[in-house]
Amino acid sequence: MNNYIVTNLPEVAAIILFGIGFSNLLLARNLIKKIIGLNIMDTAIYLFLAAKGYVDNAVAPIVPPGAVDPDLYVNPVPSGLVLTGIVVSVSVTAVLLALTVRLYEEFNTLDIDEIVHQLRVKDKEAIR
Amino acid sequence: MYKGTRIQTLYNLLSIVFTILLIGILLYTVSELPVMGDALHPANNEVAAHYLVHGARETGALNAVTAMILDYRAFDTLGELCVLFVSACSVYILLRVDAGRKEEEVEALDRRYEPWNDAILSKAFLFLVPAVFLFGIYITLTGHLSPGGGFSGGAIIGAGLLLYLNAFGLEKTERFMNRIRYRRLNCGALGFYFLAKGYSFFVGANDIKSVISVSDQGNILSAGLIMPLNVCVAIVVSTTVYAVYLMFRKGGFNI
Repeated sequence: MNNYIVTNLPEVAAIILFGIGFSNLLLARNLIKKIIGLNIMDTAIYLFLAAKGYVDNAVAPIVPPGAVDPDLYVNPVPSGLVLTGIVVSVSVTAVLLALTVRLYEEFNTLDIDEIVHQLRVKDKEAIR
Repeated sequence: MYKGTRIQTLYNLLSIVFTILLIGILLYTVSELPVMGDALHPANNEVAAHYLVHGARETGALNAVTAMILDYRAFDTLGELCVLFVSACSVYILLRVDAGRKEEEVEALDRRYEPWNDAILSKAFLFLVPAVFLFGIYITLTGHLSPGGGFSGGAIIGAGLLLYLNAFGLEKTERFMNRIRYRRLNCGALGFYFLAKGYSFFVGANDIKSVISVSDQGNILSAGLIMPLNVCVAIVVSTTVYAVYLMFRKGGFNI
């Protein structure tokens, strides 16, 4: 184990943020809070990717014509990946929220346990 | 119902243990990663160097991120736009309400959810909305010269549409942004993107001389296809933002 954990502080923060979002996804009963947890996980990934592309003392990758030294600019590839991630996260959030609206209209609750309970009661009645 | 039972406690405990284990494993991995911010970091390899050094000459875009997402990896961006379009379609399918709801009911809902004749809101947004639109258009059009581009510009224009909708109501917004126009704009932008980039990749792969040339770097019309593609991206993003908000606004959609 190398001791790079001190030099990679933004990545450490991203991992801890990921853990917070993941525990929120597991522990929250409310569906909206679960979606918020998923979004926190997404944000952690953006932070991780942005930290991967960072170069010390470098500026944003707006390169004037004729520039030759790539070390003066941050890496553009992770920035493009973050863009992709944002689009996918927005789309997934929209679809999840639409599903949540539908579930609330059907069961009148956002509690996942309550929804499962109501489904089980319905199943038992259907078997009888 | 598990609330307050032993299964619930066990589940919560297991979740916490699992999360802490996950964080531990990932932190161990982070401790093995190379030092952040190092110019010799393995992520800063010849690919990124090529984009930075030759990007402006090969694509005409000074912004290396724009050069990457709209030229070198343009089909990835086409996929993103399709993801946005498909998600708007899914939201529409999920939130569409049956024809049972009456027109008057919808009108009443409009009255409940939208401020009507709110003087402060409409007067303030009369000045704010054009500025928001102008800023979004500026960011979109200069996406290859400065930070920004189609995604950020489209998000700003979409936010301007939402402001307009909230200040002046659906009826006035429908005059310039209705369902038919949404469909035409979105499909037109996606189709143009696909055709333009398909042509560009076909020409590039077969060593045919392209009619789209890149010259005069640093000018607004310099970057060949990148500015039209930025406009396409902005159209798709802004209309999708607006459409998704319109469908979520009342928890249902039956226009």
